[in-house]
Amino acid sequence: MTKNGLEHAAIERRAKVDPFQGHDYYQIDDLLEEDHLLARDAVRSWVKQEVTPIIESYAERAECPTHLYKGLAEIGAYGPSLPLEYGGGGMDDIAYGIIMQELERGDSGIRSMASVQGSLVMYPIYRFGSEEQKRKYLPKLGSGEFIGCFGLTEPDHGSNPGGMTTHIIDDGDAYILNGAKMWITNSPVADIAVVWAKDEEGKIRGVIVEKDMPGFSAPEIKGKLSLRASITGELVFEDVRVPKENILPNVKGLKGPLSCLSKARYGIAWGAIGAAMDCYDSALRYAMEREQFGKPIAGFQLTQKKLAEMITEITKAQLLAWRLGTLMNTGKATPAQISMAKRNNVDMALTIAREARQIHGGMGITNEYPVMRHMMNLETVLTYEGTHDIHLLITGMDVTGLNAFK
Amino acid sequence: MKLLVCVSKTPETTTKIAFADNDTRLDTAGVQYIMNPYDEWYALVRALELKEKFGGSVTVLNVGPAENDTVIRKGLAIGADDAIRINANPKSSLFVAKQIANQAKEGGYDMVFFGKETIDYNGSEVPGMVAELLDMPFISFASHLDLDDDQVATVVRDIEGGTETATLGMPFVISAAKGLAEQRIPNMRGIMMAKRKPLQVVEPIEAADVAVAVKYELPPEKGAVKLIDPENMDELVRLLHEEAKVI
Repeated sequence: MTKNGLEHAAIERRAKVDPFQGHDYYQIDDLLEEDHLLARDAVRSWVKQEVTPIIESYAERAECPTHLYKGLAEIGAYGPSLPLEYGGGGMDDIAYGIIMQELERGDSGIRSMASVQGSLVMYPIYRFGSEEQKRKYLPKLGSGEFIGCFGLTEPDHGSNPGGMTTHIIDDGDAYILNGAKMWITNSPVADIAVVWAKDEEGKIRGVIVEKDMPGFSAPEIKGKLSLRASITGELVFEDVRVPKENILPNVKGLKGPLSCLSKARYGIAWGAIGAAMDCYDSALRYAMEREQFGKPIAGFQLTQKKLAEMITEITKAQLLAWRLGTLMNTGKATPAQISMAKRNNVDMALTIAREARQIHGGMGITNEYPVMRHMMNLETVLTYEGTHDIHLLITGMDVTGLNAFK
Repeated sequence: MKLLVCVSKTPETTTKIAFADNDTRLDTAGVQYIMNPYDEWYALVRALELKEKFGGSVTVLNVGPAENDTVIRKGLAIGADDAIRINANPKSSLFVAKQIANQAKEGGYDMVFFGKETIDYNGSEVPGMVAELLDMPFISFASHLDLDDDQVATVVRDIEGGTETATLGMPFVISAAKGLAEQRIPNMRGIMMAKRKPLQVVEPIEAADVAVAVKYELPPEKGAVKLIDPENMDELVRLLHEEAKVI
């Protein structure tokens, strides 16, 4: 068979079977509302139809399935919790979380495409933008006509975004923007970038940069062994003239970008459950079918230990995410509570991916099964949007009142 | 054009089947439910496509208890305009058919859609009964349905080893098979809009359950495979004759 033929055979194999079923050991569905269940059902169907059949092939080639940007818009995955009049879905934060869970069940990279667009681009424009900015950008972002990206992290400033050197200088009717951003999801294909830069007083401001502004480029970062189906790049600004009407008028300081990150991290706390459930589901199925020494490997104590611990941890993570969702809905969730859920759930998912890989034996390292792809993806998720260690220090500072960052 | 789509709720396809109350009913503990796929993917979507082309309205109808509202709401999220739930716990096909026929008569619909069967009990009984009760023509297992400008319908139905094409005027009852339309996944906006669409709950009319299931049993478990030496055809014939009793 030719290379292409083999690839198509692999695609068809995956296309035929996405037997995934959700897992709800503690009947948490009883805590959800009708629209949450409908949203989950819809996104799960969409993922089975659009993502599962192609994801292994795109991940293998490290290519972004750019046609899915439009599909994500059609299903309503961009800014589902923003108001309908601005192109959102008018849903609550639990619905948003569930959508992220189902997308990440498909692939963390696909979830990243949607969470960047919704939480890191649409949300700051909605929350901090002028009415004109909202009318100009939000409907186009919601419909997928525009793709957005979010520029905060810099080559030399990751966990310490306050140290950023990207800056703007007042030049009459425009600001002159200089600097560089790194590890930016969607950047090479984005139409606009929400960029955080320091003004002449050293205050962090948000500006909307459009792709054809002279001096702006977004080169792709190659060689990633994780989130291979999601495109990542840099943002480089060399004397970019950004019209003053493109500055986000209603926020100054680090709380601007951090409030966006809170929203995105909350989504990741749910998303990680999706990846974990996919690994568990695959491992459970494999363990029931795979026989050694004359019986299914699920019948051996060491396999059962792994499976039992997996479903226990998934159930705990589900309760954490659900409770955090109810706090988000009433505006009571603190950034520290969000940090705890992001850190716990991503770590849980990564541990489950590794255990699930073991249960799959040698098959676990192939792309016949989704487990190794999830595991590789989750290494990024553990690090981006606040590293595993930084979130721990946030909890530490919250309970002691002592800052251990510096 | 007024279109009625009758939808049922059915256990999810991977449900592990067990029975309760001396095998007289399905054990519903832990069962997850979905909208019957033939109703959702083919009947409802084709009705919506006709509405989009010719105008009118699509109503979804279900005979069942309040728990069925999630399934009905999904029909609204996919695009139906309104919904009716006849508040009953049906036990037989004729009971359901009489409820639907009564409601369809009141509503004066041009077409009444069903899936060709519901994937739980696979009875395929209700659509034919409803057509009879309404004294309307009935086309079953339709895999194609079109309307011309004079509102004459052309329907292709699957028959053993081929297809049959028929034309007929409205009103009529139709049951949908694979091919009539393609699944539509509701989007988030549709799900939120569905919350505001009317879902009318009506009480059932008197109707007796004339045929009621008294017992269910699972198919026998598959036994071990017997391997017979290819040289020993006499033994194969003997087993087929004496044990399997098929020849």
